[in-house]
Amino acid sequence: MHMADALISPVVGGTLWAATAGLASYAAKKVQSDMDEQKVPLMGVLGAFVFASQMINFTIPGTGSSGHIGGGVLLAILLGPHAAFLTIASILTVQALFFADGGLLALGCNIFNMGFIPCYIAYPFIYKPLVGTTPSQRRIMLGSITAAVVGLQLGAFSVVLETFFSGISALPFSTFVLLMQPIHLAIGLIEGIITAVVIGFIYQEAPQIIQPKAFNQSLGATSIKKVVIVLFILALITGGALSWFASSNPDGLEWSISGTNGEEKLQETDEIHGFFAEIQEKVAFLPDYNFKATSHPTAAEETEATSEAAWPAVDPGTSVAGLVGSVITLILAYFIGKGLQVAAKR
Amino acid sequence: MSHHTIDLTNVFYTYPDGTTALRNLSLHIGHGEAVAIVGSNGSGKTTLLSHLNGVLFPTEGAVNIGGYPVVKETLSHIRRTVGMIFQNPDDQLFMPTVYDDVAFGPLNLGYPPLEVEKRVMSVLKTVGAYALKDRPPYRLSGGQKRAVAIAAVLAMDPAILVMDEPTAALDPLARRKLITLLHTFSHTKIIATHDLDMVLDLCKRTIVLHNGTILADGPTLEIFRNKLILEQAGLEQPFSMQNCPVCSKS
Amino acid sequence: MIKLKSTWLDLRTIDDLAAQNTFIHSLNSCTKLVTTLAFILFVTSFSNYEVTSLIPLLFYPVALMSLGNLPYKPIAKRLLLIAPFIVFIGLLNPIFDKAPIAKLGPFLITGGWLSFLSITIKLLLTVTSALILVATTGMNSICSAMAQIGVPKPIVIQILFMYRYLHVLLEEFLKTNQAYDLRSFKTTGIHYKAWGSLLGQLLLRTMDRAQRIYQAMLCRGFDGKVPLRSAASWTKKEYVYLLFCLFFFLFCRFINIPQTLGRLLTGGFQ
Repeated sequence: MHMADALISPVVGGTLWAATAGLASYAAKKVQSDMDEQKVPLMGVLGAFVFASQMINFTIPGTGSSGHIGGGVLLAILLGPHAAFLTIASILTVQALFFADGGLLALGCNIFNMGFIPCYIAYPFIYKPLVGTTPSQRRIMLGSITAAVVGLQLGAFSVVLETFFSGISALPFSTFVLLMQPIHLAIGLIEGIITAVVIGFIYQEAPQIIQPKAFNQSLGATSIKKVVIVLFILALITGGALSWFASSNPDGLEWSISGTNGEEKLQETDEIHGFFAEIQEKVAFLPDYNFKATSHPTAAEETEATSEAAWPAVDPGTSVAGLVGSVITLILAYFIGKGLQVAAKR
Repeated sequence: MSHHTIDLTNVFYTYPDGTTALRNLSLHIGHGEAVAIVGSNGSGKTTLLSHLNGVLFPTEGAVNIGGYPVVKETLSHIRRTVGMIFQNPDDQLFMPTVYDDVAFGPLNLGYPPLEVEKRVMSVLKTVGAYALKDRPPYRLSGGQKRAVAIAAVLAMDPAILVMDEPTAALDPLARRKLITLLHTFSHTKIIATHDLDMVLDLCKRTIVLHNGTILADGPTLEIFRNKLILEQAGLEQPFSMQNCPVCSKS
Repeated sequence: MIKLKSTWLDLRTIDDLAAQNTFIHSLNSCTKLVTTLAFILFVTSFSNYEVTSLIPLLFYPVALMSLGNLPYKPIAKRLLLIAPFIVFIGLLNPIFDKAPIAKLGPFLITGGWLSFLSITIKLLLTVTSALILVATTGMNSICSAMAQIGVPKPIVIQILFMYRYLHVLLEEFLKTNQAYDLRSFKTTGIHYKAWGSLLGQLLLRTMDRAQRIYQAMLCRGFDGKVPLRSAASWTKKEYVYLLFCLFFFLFCRFINIPQTLGRLLTGGFQ
């Protein structure tokens, strides 16, 4: 569920970049003030461990297909949320650079979806209370699976939101939700079971690693309190934005629950994009960024008129010119490339 | 510089899981000596080495290096005096490039940048790894990794070199090069190994460990001639001392 | 296992490419990082229906690959591996967005098809530019650049350590997986009964390794701080490169070059 640069807008990418950058420096401060020097090599090696385990295929019984793990919850259990968050961020950064998995602009989104959610939501609010201070194999199983499933559901939903607000994909919100959530239910289950059996194995072989006292000392009540405060602030911000949004359009919040009524939908997406266009104007980033209402199949007739009005009517001549020009540009690019290659070799 | 000696008196060590790895171990190693520590797997070699630079502290008894007891307060001094070369060089080469790795120790010791650079260059030349300085550690061969690990330790200018299985996983040529290199060092050397032929080459004195105690301690040749002791310790005479398989003469 | 192996090989390929010595490689890593980020911002800032005006931006990856002596094949391979999911999402656009937008002779082009094309080109541009960045800079220099632009040091060190041991662990995992495959006779993956013990064993081994590394660090005077080499300083070359690239991006952003060019030519024919 890596988000890709090609599917997000600079506004969404930039916002999440800023959010994750803030979170990362907070986590870095926490890890540093922890004074547990041992964590420096441990985080590095565990990051490499999760990265490499993502490449291992686990056969899913009864299906013949195979799954693999993301590792967010696993890392949070082993390292505590702050160190785990930084570790996930490092994995995603290397993946974005070397494997173009996700992208550099989408990195903020990906760290948020696969790092923040499991480390700061699924782990402290689901795994910890479920497993408690006296872990047992059953509790570990229950805690890991629930945490992984909830984490992945939230992550998938976050992908949908990010894609939707970017407005690049024309997929209607509800269709995308229906597409993403069930798939990630299955993925979350597999992730949860693998996490559970690995943690179960460690608990059996080397329980001192799992016992909260021995390993996660930094996870006292204070850090949880901080998380709650952070979440509260986040909630305030989103709440504020949403209510402002709702007040400017009484039906503004309905987009999330409205069915497939095209007319309504179109109008509202316009509203959403208008909202972002306004923000964009305010931050004066690339002023002529073109927001275009996504149309909807059931409202095709109506949209025809609107979109043609919204879009500068293009005459065939212009299209031909664009096509011819593009081909020539491509040819030019090829020859300039070849030329530079020759020049560079000399 | 004259007394870089090592003294262990009645050292016991028990791991947290209850395994006793060292039992009443006492030994003295003098300045400039080259001593081999041999013994079967699980005889306590690595545990013993870990006591020499305060990675582990004895459960009972005392360790004394160059007149300083090994305790938490003296650790920074002890770790400057004792250079430890680990069994797996991958564990020791953690920095992104060879240069950075060798510079890690001197930088931590607080040397000025120019001095650090001079040291790094000089030790890399000593071990013959100068050309590798910008390479990442994972692009080195086993022998090269070993050489760089030694350089990283030498850069801190230790008086005592402690090595755990330095010839393990080396090809014959790399092994020979390493032995030649070690010959040139005047440091006090302590080498834990299964490579008894190297011991013959390098160390005048050998300590045989068995079940966490010293089974024998004496001149290398004498000990290697005593088949009884070797057998008891789970060892075998070095190949160079065994009868020639072709002509049956020793 | 195939994935493990190809990951390991890909890492090494990119590493080798980054060790070259060309004009692009010689540029300060910070300059390249900033330029790449700017490029991606420019590319993604184009609207959904923009196709022709994106095309001149191809000059950037093409020029860099030529000047940096990068082969097309591994980068194209990566692109093809990444593409399916995004292309799939993109292909849904023509289904949901049927508003006609342009006419090409007798054909009506819908918004969906235009935006699909646009996504594909954006994908091509963003993926190649990120890969070009590592293949001409290398991980270590990117990390120094990150430290220079103010990324907190613990994060930079974390990435460096992670990357360092990724090579070691991939090899180790490869061996374990090979050992598993040799005794399992089915090559579909790890049987669920072995999930916990296989990954658990690897995890315990990894944690032991972390302990040994920590000891090795302590033996060399580690006190919580890892000394990092700072990135090279900016020279005139870097400023010229950055300004030139930014100027080019801006030019492409605000002037539709193919359109202008095409109009000139087709206008000439009429």
